[in-house]
Amino acid sequence: MRMEKGLARYIWRNTSRQQLWILAIVALSMIPYFLSFDLPKQIVNGPIQGQGFEDVDATRTFMELSPTLPLIGEVHLFSGFELDRLQTLLALSFVFLGLVVLNGLFKFYINTYKGRLGERMLRRIRFDLIDRVLRFPPNQFKKVKSAEIATMIKDEVEPLGGFTGDAFVQPALLGGQAITALAFIIIQNFWLGMIAAGIVCVQAIIIPRMRRRLLELGRQRQLTARQLSGRVSEIVDGIHSIHAHDTSNLERADIAQRLGLIFNIRYDLYQWKFLVKFINNFLAQVTPFLFYVIGGYLALQGRLDIGQLVAVIAAYKDLPGPLKELIDWDQARQDVQVKYAQVVEQFDVEPLVPATVQTVMREPVERLAAPLVASHLLVTDDSGAPILNRVSLEIQPNETIAVLGQNGAGGEAIAEAFGRVVWPDSGKITIGGQDILEMPESVTGRRISFASSDAHFFHGTLRDNLFYGLKHAPLTETTYKGSEARAFKRNLLEAQRSGNPSFDLNSDWIDYDAAGATGPDDLLKVIRPVLDAVMISQDIFDLALRSKVDLAAHPAMSEVIVDVRAALQRRLAEEDLEGTVVPFQPDSYNDQATVGENLLFGTMKQSMLTPATLAAHPYFKQIMRETGLSNELYAMGLEIAETAVELFRDLPPDNPFFQQLTFMSAEDIPAYQELLQSLKGTTAEDVSSKDRINIIRLSFAYIEPRHRFGLLTPDLRDKIVKARQSFYADLPEDLATMIERHDPAKFSESASLIDNVLFGRIAYSEADASDRIKRIARDIFADMDLEHNVLSIGLDFDVGTQGRRLTNVQRQKLNLARALLKRSDYFIFNRPLPALDQRAQDQIVTNVMRDLHRDGYRPAIIWVLPTADVAQLFDRVLVFKGGNLVENGCYDEVFDKNGMFKQLVS
Amino acid sequence: MLLKEEVEMLRRVPLFSKIAPAKLKLLAFASERLNCREGQNLFRQGDPGDAAYVVLSGTADVLVNSNGDEVKVADVEQNSIVGEIAILCDVSRTATVRATSRLEVLKISKENFLGLMNDFPDMAVEIMRVLADRLNHTTSELTAARVREQRATT
Repeated sequence: MRMEKGLARYIWRNTSRQQLWILAIVALSMIPYFLSFDLPKQIVNGPIQGQGFEDVDATRTFMELSPTLPLIGEVHLFSGFELDRLQTLLALSFVFLGLVVLNGLFKFYINTYKGRLGERMLRRIRFDLIDRVLRFPPNQFKKVKSAEIATMIKDEVEPLGGFTGDAFVQPALLGGQAITALAFIIIQNFWLGMIAAGIVCVQAIIIPRMRRRLLELGRQRQLTARQLSGRVSEIVDGIHSIHAHDTSNLERADIAQRLGLIFNIRYDLYQWKFLVKFINNFLAQVTPFLFYVIGGYLALQGRLDIGQLVAVIAAYKDLPGPLKELIDWDQARQDVQVKYAQVVEQFDVEPLVPATVQTVMREPVERLAAPLVASHLLVTDDSGAPILNRVSLEIQPNETIAVLGQNGAGGEAIAEAFGRVVWPDSGKITIGGQDILEMPESVTGRRISFASSDAHFFHGTLRDNLFYGLKHAPLTETTYKGSEARAFKRNLLEAQRSGNPSFDLNSDWIDYDAAGATGPDDLLKVIRPVLDAVMISQDIFDLALRSKVDLAAHPAMSEVIVDVRAALQRRLAEEDLEGTVVPFQPDSYNDQATVGENLLFGTMKQSMLTPATLAAHPYFKQIMRETGLSNELYAMGLEIAETAVELFRDLPPDNPFFQQLTFMSAEDIPAYQELLQSLKGTTAEDVSSKDRINIIRLSFAYIEPRHRFGLLTPDLRDKIVKARQSFYADLPEDLATMIERHDPAKFSESASLIDNVLFGRIAYSEADASDRIKRIARDIFADMDLEHNVLSIGLDFDVGTQGRRLTNVQRQKLNLARALLKRSDYFIFNRPLPALDQRAQDQIVTNVMRDLHRDGYRPAIIWVLPTADVAQLFDRVLVFKGGNLVENGCYDEVFDKNGMFKQLVS
Repeated sequence: MLLKEEVEMLRRVPLFSKIAPAKLKLLAFASERLNCREGQNLFRQGDPGDAAYVVLSGTADVLVNSNGDEVKVADVEQNSIVGEIAILCDVSRTATVRATSRLEVLKISKENFLGLMNDFPDMAVEIMRVLADRLNHTTSELTAARVREQRATT
């Protein structure tokens, strides 16, 4: 389906009914509007100047209703009231007030209606555009920049929404108003009316001509801005290449040039805009000048009564407004039309994937039992060179195939064609006689799994990304209650009105059946073998250990933490490792923790409290002063500073020794050197609080066994423990909510899982202690049947933009795992793990080949392998060379052939 | 043990004997002090080598894995250095070092170690001397082994 080229037609097609309705309302609103024009004249001529009230007692009939209907003649409905001059004045004035209110209400309704219409239109067009992106052919994505598409959808179509409401109403309303005002002027005085009409014609001819240039500039502004956002995203995405090649200044030059161009276009635009405005205003002001001169002259001659002249001038007040707005509307129309055409040009892509291919499918999809057949498959690269040269082959539904050959020999191309990443130039891939490009994605996306090295991750948790491949359709009906239900219903209706689908994002989209699970509870158990097979469980486990745990999502952890800690102590005792972890104890100093940690004896809740704010807190300061710790830690900090300066003074800042200097950076050394100079001979009391904090800060980070300056006397340790106790004795409410005190029976949400398990610090001087403890922790979790909980905590990890917080190796493993989770009938793996070393790759291939064919489930596997090491595991070997299938047969057959395969093996 | 004592200890290591005390203090500060209990591996054959170790006290065996059997090839004594081959040649550990009594070592990271050699040519010469000594030892053992082998075949 092509996109509508004309904006007006697009709007009309989607909103014709609403447009007609609002037009009717506008027409209706014209009646009070016109009446309110005539009224001032009646008031001035009637009760004020006395027309019809020549006698003192004269009265007039008010509100007589006797309309003259065709065929029937005059119908007498209401005879009205008889009112005298003053009463008539009041009555007419109130009618005037009533009309003002009525006009206002009409305006209010019309504007709200238009606003809603516009917002729906904007929603519709944005959705349409994204819908088209989802259906672009793969080739299109080689040409477009993602940021440009985003800019188009986000910014460029936005004025369309505002315009939609005005598209038909505005010209009708304003045109009506202008014509009414003009007609009224003409009725009052033909020649004055003609003058006004003449000026209007001049405006209507000159202004749009001048605006043509504006439109062209507007188009350029749009294009350059779009290209700018494309370039910005290129810089962000390519930042490492920019640093690697020292080309940041080339980028600066490019951006500066673009910004210069944009500046020129925009400045030009301003100049034109204000020139047009000036001429427009001038023409509008010229008309009253003519009225005063000519109308005044006629009135002096007595050919025009004053009431008429006042009415003409009053009516003219209402003419330039609508007229100006009408001209603005016309500009907006052209502007939006240009924008729309620009956007359509980018999105009107052929051939688009038919919408039926992506229809949502809530039911399970049947197995693919027919063989996968490629016939005369021709795939060319962008220069037209064939990378797959009319290859035909057939793969049985339970066959395992190793695809071999050098890079670019054709193996990757056939896998990509099977995975629908490239579309063949000619030839077909069919299953059971149906072209896979025409099959619904609910079949190809569920029954065929494809994984390549190009692993894309969406911003979210590891869990979201791992289960991404199972979320095909909203499978459960979420029930809402009370106000939520009403809001849901409203939103659903609104979505339909804008042509958006009514899928509920809050529904559970995960297809548990497809993964072989029965529900959320045993999903982890089912995926565990997959995670093990791709060798990622260890990584997820480590991520979990380093993460903070959200107890609301993992309540089990707080229940078992006491047992886990006890088990750790037991295991440490068994393995003779008791000294390795020094536990936190409320009444003793922990040598392996910093002085600050010993003092605080707890963790600060992130985002609520920082060391700096704690140091500035009056209660904390008071404790430090009262216990005398402040002075002692100051003295200690001085010694640390002196030693550090002495040690590091002469080193260049990039010396690797600085890594060990945890409490200062290389840049701090000269600053501290100066500070020490200036502090010489002063006592702790006379030092400014800023310097004091800078010195005490050093002692807070000090760990005796690590830094080994010999500064912590037993006496000082006792003092710190005492200060800790008095700190907690009377802790004010605000601090208490921000600090989680170490509690052997409590799980701390502001400390990592491993810190929670250890409930202490690992001794610095123990060789590979940290690895051993991790291993022990893992054993304990396994023994206590908590492995799934821990894994689940690891799956909460936020992977960052494009999964960049994971390593490349982790991303590729997860990508493979994601494909394996679906129990498909055809698995296509296109060198999915190039970031791994060969040994690890072979191990994973072996694991997957072993695990996938379990419990009588035998899917087909087509694996493009980098080397022939593990080709024996497969039923059949295909060898590609120069885009052709050169060898095809079981391992022994092709091995004996003495051909290409033998070369690859050796 | 404190930094000052460590410096004293380092001075007794032949490798560092010509380095100024201030620099040794820095080295001590920048290096990790580790303890190994008896039977624990300081490092294992095949691990990536990221540091060298100076033995401050205790003893250890140097073991090489051959066809699944561990063969002891040398002893490690106090004040000697181990693990320097892996960081000099960028290879993984060529042997396992296992403590035979409580072992106290100073772990010097690869960057620190290479930096020191750059700053102190004396130390580089000393390292060469140690390596040459080991090569000499290895050559004589190899000669002996070859002779035994020849006798066994004839």
